[in-house]
Amino acid sequence: MRACEAVAVQSQRDYVLRTVEERGIRFVQLWFTDVLGTPKGFNITSAELENALDEGMTFDGSAIDGFSRVQEADVLARPDPKTFQLLPWHQDDAQVARVFCDIANLDGTPFEGDPRHALRRTLERARAAGYTFFASPEVEFFYFADANPSRGPITLDSGSYFDLSVADLTSNLRRRSVLMLEEMGIPVEHTQHEDARSQHEIDLRYTDALTMADTVMTTRMVIKEMARQEGVFASFMPKPLGGVQGSGMHTHISLWEGERNAFVDENDRYGLSEVARRFIAGLLHHAREITAVTNQWVNSYKRLIGGYEAPVHVSWARNNRSALVRVPVVKMGKAESTRLEYRAPDSACNPYLAFAVILAAGLRGIAEDYPLPPEADDNLFSLTPKELAKKGIEPLPSSLHDAVNEMEGSELLADTLGDHVFEWFIRNKREEWDDYQVQVTQFELDRYLPLL
Amino acid sequence: MDPLLCFPADLPAEITLALQNAGLGHHGVTGPEEMAAAGSDGRTVGYSGALVVAGDDMNAAVAFCRHLRLREVPVSPLLLAIGPDQVGELLLRDDLYDDFCVLPARPEELVARLQHLFWRTGQSLRPDIIEYGPLLLNLETYQAAVAGRVLDLTYMEYELLRFLAGHPAKVFTRETLLSRVWGYEYYGGARTVDVHIRRLRAKLGEEHAHLIQTVRSVGYRFGQVAWHPGVAQRNGGQAPVAAPTAPAAPAAQTSGA
Repeated sequence: MRACEAVAVQSQRDYVLRTVEERGIRFVQLWFTDVLGTPKGFNITSAELENALDEGMTFDGSAIDGFSRVQEADVLARPDPKTFQLLPWHQDDAQVARVFCDIANLDGTPFEGDPRHALRRTLERARAAGYTFFASPEVEFFYFADANPSRGPITLDSGSYFDLSVADLTSNLRRRSVLMLEEMGIPVEHTQHEDARSQHEIDLRYTDALTMADTVMTTRMVIKEMARQEGVFASFMPKPLGGVQGSGMHTHISLWEGERNAFVDENDRYGLSEVARRFIAGLLHHAREITAVTNQWVNSYKRLIGGYEAPVHVSWARNNRSALVRVPVVKMGKAESTRLEYRAPDSACNPYLAFAVILAAGLRGIAEDYPLPPEADDNLFSLTPKELAKKGIEPLPSSLHDAVNEMEGSELLADTLGDHVFEWFIRNKREEWDDYQVQVTQFELDRYLPLL
Repeated sequence: MDPLLCFPADLPAEITLALQNAGLGHHGVTGPEEMAAAGSDGRTVGYSGALVVAGDDMNAAVAFCRHLRLREVPVSPLLLAIGPDQVGELLLRDDLYDDFCVLPARPEELVARLQHLFWRTGQSLRPDIIEYGPLLLNLETYQAAVAGRVLDLTYMEYELLRFLAGHPAKVFTRETLLSRVWGYEYYGGARTVDVHIRRLRAKLGEEHAHLIQTVRSVGYRFGQVAWHPGVAQRNGGQAPVAAPTAPAAPAAQTSGA
C-alpha cells in the first residue's frame, strides 16, 4: 500500500507541475485555515512550487490564531496536490492557482494546531470503525452595502433604500457566485433568496467531509470575492440584523459502510438503522459540548433563539424544523439518500472543526450504544420550561459563556480537537466573552438610562 | 540506446540474464522517487522503455505503470509482465501498458516482445491526443479543452475524464471506475465517483455536461453508445465526430498504443 501511495502522490505532483507550466500560472496561493476558521495563506511563485510540493514551505506560524506556541514558531505548509485548482476570477491578469495545505512541524509530524489535521484524525477514526462520512451544508449569508460597523449593515434588496436595479444586483451576484463555483468544480444543489431581505442561500452537493470543509472555505471566498468585485460586501456573520433570521449552516450528514448507507434500514418504521439511531443519540448527548465549536462567536447565540427557525432545544424529529437534529423524509425508493440534518452550525463556524466534532459525537453514540430519546413531535417553542424538563429536553447553551463552560468539561472535545486546539480555543473564547461583557450596549442605554 | 527502466529493482535472475544477453541495458528502480534521482544526473530522455514485473504485488505494478504514463516525459513503450492468475487484472487497464506477457515466459519471448514494441513506437511521432466531439485531451501535457475552452481540472477530475474519454460508449460501474481510476484509494467508496462526476459535469458546463451520461442503476458512460441508430448530430458532441474510432477498439487514438 505504501508504495502505491507514494506512486499516487508522485503522479499528483507531476500533474500539478505540468499544469502550472502549460497554463502559464505565475503564482500559487497556499491556503490553510486558522483555529477560528479564518482563511490564511501566502503566495509563492510557480518556480517555488516544486520545492513546496516536495518539502513544504516554512513560515512563521506565531502570527496566526491558534498556531502560536511558546518554544517554536516555524511550521511547514505542505500542499495537498489533490486540491490544486486554478482561481477563475484571476483570469484577466496573471493566472493564479490555489492549493490547500496541511500544516506540519519542522520534523514532518502533523501540527496539532491545524484544523484540517483535527478533521483528518477524526475521519481516520471513522474509517477504522468502517465508516466514511459525507456532509452537505446549506450556506446562508447576507449582501450588504459595505462593512462599516459604526453605521451598521445596509441591506441591498429591501427596496427601501436601494432601487430595483440594485435588487437585481444581489440575485446576479448569487448567480455569478454559483457559476464561479461550478467552474471550480463545486456543484451547487440549490440556491435561493432567503427569508430575510438581502439574505441568500447556496446549498452545496455532498462530498466527503474533508473535501467539503475545503469547499466551504472556497465557497465563502468566492461569495466574498464576487461581492467585492461589485463594490458590495458579503457577510457570514451569524446574526447581523435584529428581528430577522440569522445565517445558519444546516448540515446534512450521512455515514457509509462501503457502498451501503449505514443510516438506512428499510424495515424500520422511520427507515432508520440502529447506527443512525445511535448516531443521533450521540449528537444529542454531546450537543451542548460541541456547540462552542459549531457556534463559536458571541453573536452566534443571537441566532440561536426562538422564533427564527434556529434550534434552541436538544431534540430530534422528522418533520419539525424546531428540532436540533432533523431526519428529512426521503422520497419513495430513495432510501439511499437517508441523512440527518444538524441545524445548529452557523455560516461563520470553522468547517473543519465543526465537521470533526459532529462526527465525533455521532461516533461516540455508536461506540457507546447510546439509547435514542423519543422524537419531539410538538412544536417545542410552545412548551414551557417545565414541560420541556418533564420530557427530558435540555436547552442548547444560550451564550458563548455557557457553551465554553460545557466544552471545558468535555472529554470528547479534548480528545477530538487535541489538547493544543482545545486549550487555545477555550482561552480565546473566554477572552472574547470577557471583552463582550465589559460593553454597555445600546439596548441597556435605551432602556435603563431614562428609567433608572 | 537509453537503458530500459525495470520495476521492481530486484528482477528475477532469468529476466536480468535475458536482457543482458539481448544487449538491452537496464536500470532497476524500487519506485518513482528513484527515477527522479536518476533524472537529475543530467539524463534528459532517460529510458528507452519500461519493463514492469507484477510479482505478488499487482497493485504496486499498476500504480507504477500509471505513474510512468503521467510523467512529464512518459516512459514508453511499456511491457507488463504478470503471473497467470493476474490476467483478469488487465481488464480495462489497456491504457496502462503497451503489451503484456505472462510469466513464466521463455526469455526469448520477453525480449522479442520488447523489441517489437521498440520497432512499433519508433514509427510514431504524434502527440497523445484523445478527441471526442467537442472534447480534446492532450495526454502529454495533461490539458483538456471542451469546444476550445480550456478546462481547469484537478488531478482526479483529469484522470477520471481521461479514463472515460478513452473508453467512449462503454458503461462503467462506480466500482470499476474506483478500482481503475483511483486505484488503491478507496476512501469514500463509490460516492466518491458520483462526487467527481458531478464536479466534472459542472466544469464541462451545462452545454457539454451530457458528455458524461448516467446509466440508471448501473453507472456512467462517456458519449453516446457507438451503435446509436439516430443520425449523428455534429453539435453538442452527440456523436464522436472527430474520433475515427472503431467500436471494437474505443481507446485506440493514443499513439503510444
